[in-house]
Amino acid sequence: MSQHTLSVIVEDKPGVLARVSAMFSNRGFNIHSLAVGPTHVDGRSHITLVVDAPELEQVKKQLHKLINVIKVQELDTAQALQSEVMIVRVSCQPADRGQVTDTAALFSARMIDLSAVSMTFEISGPPSQLASFVEHMKPYGVMDLVKSGRVAMKRLSDISPAVVVTSNR
Amino acid sequence: MAEGYAMATGRVGVAMVTSGPGATNLITPLQNAKMDSTPLVAITGQVGTSAIGSDAFQEAYTTGLAMHCTKHSYLVTDADEIPNVVHEAFHLASTGRPGPVLIDIPKDILNASTTLSEPTLAGLPGYKPTTHGHPKQIKAAISMIENAERPVLYVGGGVINAGASAELIEFAEAVNAPVVTTLMARGAFPDHHRLALGMSGMHGTYTATTAIQKADVLVSLGARFDDRVTGSVVDFAPHAKVIHVDVDPAEIGKVRNAEVPIVGDAKNVLQALIDRLLATREAADAPWRKEWFEQLTSWQKSHPLAYSQEPGGPIKTQYFIERLHAVTGGDAVVASGVGQHQMWVSQFWGFETPRSWVNSGGLGTMGFAIPAAIGAKAARPDDLVFALDGDGCFQMTFQELITATTENIPVKVAVFNNAGYGMVKQWQNLFYGGRISATYLDPSVPDYPKLAEAMGCVGLRATNPDEVDVVIEKSLAVNDRPVVIEVVTDSDEMCFPMVPAGGSNDTIVMGPQDL
Repeated sequence: MSQHTLSVIVEDKPGVLARVSAMFSNRGFNIHSLAVGPTHVDGRSHITLVVDAPELEQVKKQLHKLINVIKVQELDTAQALQSEVMIVRVSCQPADRGQVTDTAALFSARMIDLSAVSMTFEISGPPSQLASFVEHMKPYGVMDLVKSGRVAMKRLSDISPAVVVTSNR
Repeated sequence: MAEGYAMATGRVGVAMVTSGPGATNLITPLQNAKMDSTPLVAITGQVGTSAIGSDAFQEAYTTGLAMHCTKHSYLVTDADEIPNVVHEAFHLASTGRPGPVLIDIPKDILNASTTLSEPTLAGLPGYKPTTHGHPKQIKAAISMIENAERPVLYVGGGVINAGASAELIEFAEAVNAPVVTTLMARGAFPDHHRLALGMSGMHGTYTATTAIQKADVLVSLGARFDDRVTGSVVDFAPHAKVIHVDVDPAEIGKVRNAEVPIVGDAKNVLQALIDRLLATREAADAPWRKEWFEQLTSWQKSHPLAYSQEPGGPIKTQYFIERLHAVTGGDAVVASGVGQHQMWVSQFWGFETPRSWVNSGGLGTMGFAIPAAIGAKAARPDDLVFALDGDGCFQMTFQELITATTENIPVKVAVFNNAGYGMVKQWQNLFYGGRISATYLDPSVPDYPKLAEAMGCVGLRATNPDEVDVVIEKSLAVNDRPVVIEVVTDSDEMCFPMVPAGGSNDTIVMGPQDL
């Protein structure tokens, strides 16, 4: 099954998220990532869903059937503007701090907590950038990791994402 | 009852129940209404807002339970919301693809006072059903139908919901195409019409099922390619290009890819198809398709619906149905339960008008007939309403006849007593080596006429074929209370034709000799 990114505008009402997520479980599809938040319009929320599904046509139609769903858009994962926030705690003795900090700087990761045995970073960006950062931190020992759901929006510019420096895909 | 009311009239049926067990008992009817696209508004009581989530007495998470079996649901948290919520609920239930809508109202909200405000639909920004077909698709459909050699109109319950029977008849005649009606569409197209082939699918007529298998163009109108219609999907209508008309876009392409998808209400789309057709040619120019109709007629002759009623032998359910139709002239609303008797009513009752057939199609809810017939009779008190029920079904919901007596709703019920769950027994005999299990009901318990009398109904019984007309006449003479006729039928009779579950519709079993 392939991954699809869906951008869904819904009414900001109780139970809407339950209806949306239940629609996926009802059909046996796994939600890989989910992020919900208000939009600039009062009473509207934006749900970004990354789902493992064989095909999305039926899913999109079923989502649209939900009365509180206003708009459903499938995003081209390669083209869309995407971002996730990750907090990662890395095992780090004082002697290694220089190396770890240098690597973090290359990824624009921000240190938000420091202890005698660890450094904790916050990083945001496209999923591939976060994955790459985790790979570079693994040699030191990743102690804990938490990620937000992915948020995404359609790209309107013609710029190929390959030439956007902060996005390496 | 609410569903029977809705199916017999097209108006929104309403059910009101209490919280907790009242609401959980409503889950089956909600799912039934969802599957059969029946417009329904259900109002459930709920514990007071401060008690919600505390496992209070008679509390259930009703909106959560109903999430998958309603078109939409509401939990009212402020009495001021009630006018808009009720207005929206009726709008949602009755427009687009109709369905059940639930309103859950906590006790304190029910007791609260509010000022009635003019209700609006402004609270439904995401609900805009497409009701008119796209002109480009209408044009494409006409071209495909006009060029077809073996077209079939495959008509579903959507045509009845849309009130499109007149348009369907006009269109079928204009394109000169045979019409197959699904279980839910019985009555959408008159059975006596020269283009009518009857029901297709698992227990459909040989001709209706085979016509679809051989069709080169299949025009689906408000039907959803249900597995009881298609059999094995990959083998279904293998030569046909599909034109799929449905008001619910999610139905199009769900089971079968459509060459020409048309989202829209069946009535509007049929009218647009007729207009387009008449704009491009004279109606008299309808393609004759001589070979196709000769083929269909030959199948009808070689593979008719058949049963054998021995003069002295046990009553065949099919015989009773045919006699009832003959005596009443078919001028009745008939409701059925689920199983063999349901299929036989569909096969042997000649349906001539929409909304004369009330049954549980998609969910197959046994026990549907009696409450549904009571609802239909309440809605249409001047019409004869007959519940044609099995003994298994009757035992699930007969107590509703107490309500019918109390409320003076004189429905008539025929219980076909074949000593068990006939359809399940048929499968056990045909596909499970005759290992009969849990399908036997003692035919002498209950004593149906006595039970009927105890509930304030008239109780009758027929055990021989020559008593059939007598009990029918007797039942028709009673108009001041419900009537229950026990019809003691042949417990070994099986329902044919039959396509074994999951099999190809090319493998129709006409009788036990074919197995």
